[in-house]
Amino acid sequence: MSLDPATVRRIARLARIHVDPAEAEQLAGEMNGILGWIEQLNEVDVDGIDPLTGAAQMAMRLRADTVTDGGIPELVLGNAPDRAGAFYAVPKVVE
Amino acid sequence: MSYVIKGQDGPWELVIGLEVHAQVISRSKLFSGSATEFGAEPNSQVSFVDAAFPGMLPVINQECVAQAVRTGLGLDAQINLVSRFDRKNYFYADLPAGYQISQYAHPVVGGGHVEIELSDGSTRRIGVTRLHLEQDAGKSLHDQHPTKSYIDLNRSGIALMEIVSEPDLRTPEEAGAYLRKLRTILRYLGTCDGNMEEGSMRADVNVSVRRHGEPFRTRCEVKNVNSVRFVMQAIEAEAARQVEVWESGGTVEQETRLFDPARGETRSMRSKEDAHDYRYFPDPDLLPLVLDEAWVAGLRAELPELPDAKRARFVAKHGLSAYDAAVLVADQETAAFYETVAAGRDAKLAANWMMGDFFAALNRTGRSIGDSPVSAAALGQLLDLLADRTINGRIAKEVFEAMVETGEAPASIVENRGLRQVTDTGAIDRAVDSVLAANPDKLAEYRGGKDKLFGFFVGQVMKAMAGKGNPALVNDALRQRLSA
Repeated sequence: MSLDPATVRRIARLARIHVDPAEAEQLAGEMNGILGWIEQLNEVDVDGIDPLTGAAQMAMRLRADTVTDGGIPELVLGNAPDRAGAFYAVPKVVE
Repeated sequence: MSYVIKGQDGPWELVIGLEVHAQVISRSKLFSGSATEFGAEPNSQVSFVDAAFPGMLPVINQECVAQAVRTGLGLDAQINLVSRFDRKNYFYADLPAGYQISQYAHPVVGGGHVEIELSDGSTRRIGVTRLHLEQDAGKSLHDQHPTKSYIDLNRSGIALMEIVSEPDLRTPEEAGAYLRKLRTILRYLGTCDGNMEEGSMRADVNVSVRRHGEPFRTRCEVKNVNSVRFVMQAIEAEAARQVEVWESGGTVEQETRLFDPARGETRSMRSKEDAHDYRYFPDPDLLPLVLDEAWVAGLRAELPELPDAKRARFVAKHGLSAYDAAVLVADQETAAFYETVAAGRDAKLAANWMMGDFFAALNRTGRSIGDSPVSAAALGQLLDLLADRTINGRIAKEVFEAMVETGEAPASIVENRGLRQVTDTGAIDRAVDSVLAANPDKLAEYRGGKDKLFGFFVGQVMKAMAGKGNPALVNDALRQRLSA
């Protein structure tokens, strides 16, 4: 598997990261290095082994359905760059 | 399945699949302890988890999992004892984390099915591919300011069930029947209120067209349709558009579209061209969701009687037609009302009254079964008065109208207005005599062979008795006098 600069630019766009064309070339090389290293893992035979979703062989904890949080609009809005009353205000996004 | 779109050179069939997003009924959110109540002050039901503050960790709500499992059981589906959560990545202003926690590769519920009833009395089984749990996004308001959008995160993090059907639907009617049936099941289970107007149930509609016998062609997805009627209209509009594209030599491109109800057409959402590249990966904040088999069995044991079972019971126990039974079980409250009316009475008569005069009265007064002007007990008392022949069928309708208007008990209406049926044969005979005496010409015609006039005489006698004569006795008395 190998990434070309066009794929790198697409990934960057999906992640909303600005990448200069020259940078894309260099990043493609770096990312190919990482992918090549990970591809070595494909050589390990994992037939019949369940996928590992975490290092700890534990299941998720579940909590009771009670209201224990919220009611702090001033705190959640505290860091907002812009607000209108109790709403966050952001540059207009319309379909 | 005879529904086709007539093309220029031959018919086209439709292939339809639905993805329904159903908001889970729970007190708190899927991964945080904030409240879920509808209509609260903006951003007042938001925790740091819902607003995606750095370092906040999600902890799952057991009740939301139980609701998904109950729904899976209600859809006769496989419950996956091990499932997993993934991140679905996209950017939008009302999605503060930049990803939605969802279940992609390993949903909590696998394959099931929904039985739908169609207007011609036939039924079809529609496959359900899967049901998974995910977070809802916040709400954007675009019309409050010329250059800004306002964001309310109260809805952010509320649990949704996404219920995906197989591409088994072939007509707009089937799609409508599927949605209505699914909504009925969710409401019976108490897992979603099914309120499409408030957005607690929304549908994405996948549509493609093909010639009979062909494999599937490319589909388009019509997003976020919020009523059963619009789903049916969107399917018709989108299928017609695709037929036109294929027949004019073009190719349907797989894309996301929006339905515009005002224009009755779908249009492309070009801004979403990257929308399907969600770069799913397992959420590292969450361990696998592992369910205990005994816990699932406990949920199964507590399930209510579901609409299909109730309908079958109404047919078997009450002798109702499949259609009548389907109408009465479509809503749990209606079914319970009916069972109260029918208990210990003529069940078929009870069904006829509910589906006739009773539903008509609800429609006319704009009331629902919950605030019906006539209680189930009162309607039952009216049927008792019919059964013990205190009143006849015609008077019963009059009494019912008075019940709707005044809320009075049927027995007191009958007494106060003197509507008790006349079974005194002396009084009936006198009425018959006076009618015959007043209509010598009609009597002669009848005797001359015009049998149809019997009905006329019945009508006149009933009129003379202000509608209160016992119809059987009136018939008997007339028949006797006329054949004499």
